[in-house]
Amino acid sequence: MAARVLTVTSGKGGVGKTTLTANLGVALAMQGQRVVVIDADVGLRNLDVMLGLENRIVYDLVDVVEGRCRLRQAMVRDKRLSELYLLPAAQTRDKTSVQPDDMVRICDQLREHHDYILIDSPAGIEQGFRYAIAPSTGILIVTNPEVSAVRDADRVIGIVEAEEKGPPRLVINRLRPQLVKRGEMLSVADVVELLAIDLIGVVPEDQAVLFSANRGQPLAFAKDSSQAGQSFHNIARRILGKDVPFMPIREPGMLQRILGIVGLGEDG
Amino acid sequence: MTLDTITIKGIRQGLLITLGDRGWSEELRDLESRLSASPSFFRGGRVALDVGSLELSYSEIEAVHTLLTRHRVELWALVGSSAATEAAAQEIGLVIDLGPSAPREKKTESQEDEGPMTEGMVVRRTLRSGQSLRHPGHIVVIGDVNPGAEIVAGGDIVVWGRVRGVVHAGALGDEGAVICALDLSPMQLRIAGHIARSPEERRRTAIPEMASVRQGQLVAVPWQGTGSGWGG
Repeated sequence: MAARVLTVTSGKGGVGKTTLTANLGVALAMQGQRVVVIDADVGLRNLDVMLGLENRIVYDLVDVVEGRCRLRQAMVRDKRLSELYLLPAAQTRDKTSVQPDDMVRICDQLREHHDYILIDSPAGIEQGFRYAIAPSTGILIVTNPEVSAVRDADRVIGIVEAEEKGPPRLVINRLRPQLVKRGEMLSVADVVELLAIDLIGVVPEDQAVLFSANRGQPLAFAKDSSQAGQSFHNIARRILGKDVPFMPIREPGMLQRILGIVGLGEDG
Repeated sequence: MTLDTITIKGIRQGLLITLGDRGWSEELRDLESRLSASPSFFRGGRVALDVGSLELSYSEIEAVHTLLTRHRVELWALVGSSAATEAAAQEIGLVIDLGPSAPREKKTESQEDEGPMTEGMVVRRTLRSGQSLRHPGHIVVIGDVNPGAEIVAGGDIVVWGRVRGVVHAGALGDEGAVICALDLSPMQLRIAGHIARSPEERRRTAIPEMASVRQGQLVAVPWQGTGSGWGG
């Protein structure tokens, strides 16, 4: 069966697209899928650092597009998981170097030999976003429970819906249940009510994400040692079609679960 | 200045522009002049084009489509009596049959003069951030108006949902226009030249309200409630 191509995008920068792409790639590979993750943020690449693979990059996406190497030469195989590959972005070029057709061609080549292709989209709604969604069969929107992020997500969803890529799905990242309880942060229900798309995951704010990024070891590798890690695995399972109930998120010092709309507590 | 032979009517789905019979290139020029003369009237609207007996090729239809897109108008239908024109329009993806809608809305009888604008558009979707709707007549939205979305109507605005974006009724100068919503919490609300924003405190429960200009001020009156002014 040909691969599914999922683009992870958000509109707003810094909400967790790269973190999600890296961890989702790891989680899917740990669950037996053959995965390629593509860094589409040409000029500001980060996915390689998140995965701890930056020292092993020889060729990149732009080299492939411009014909200086074969596609397989640019793909970096993860040493920890044999079925996880990275196609890195170029750092010394910019987004004018890639066109939507280039991405479609590359994904067509990859489809036969992999199960999932995850594309880490750059922020914004300009050319980088455009070529990142071009080959996509499904789009994941990442947002934070924060007004500006949700505003941008809404804009992006409007654009995606017009492109007829199928209904996008939502990941709410960096949730802090204690702030929600104090009315200082939007709740899951608030965000879902406004964006009105299917929720596929809620990831809590977790310091461990910072440490893992610095070490190049995504949290999903040690999923039982952090809530965020578990959330990433739950998202992977939902993507694979499994019905995974949202789990309660406990923040240190929190005594009880907060319930929003029925079925949408502060869960992950 | 010569008058062109183009006529514009409001229909259920937006605007119907009927071209005259002076030949394609003349009509195209006249259409361009009309679009340029009233940008805010057309921008964001949906247009059906009636080309009469003109025989148009794919590229000619594409050209008028591009012209309208440049003025931020969506061309959704093209009707005409020539089979060749119909075939080309279908190929581009345009509707060739306007359906059972009457070409002109009937003016409602009323004791008072309701003003010239009784035509409107009904839209059944939520407007997301960055999207906008414009119409010289009334606009009804069955859905929400999200923050970052905007509606500009020459007539009234009725939203069967939440208003959290920018809504502007009476945009062509009609101070008697009103704005109704099930949950009126706009970023900005305008009627004719008056502008207001929602009060700071966020209401707990939504109540249906109607906003209008009374004695020079923008006021919102709840559907059921005691007294006037901002509800809640």
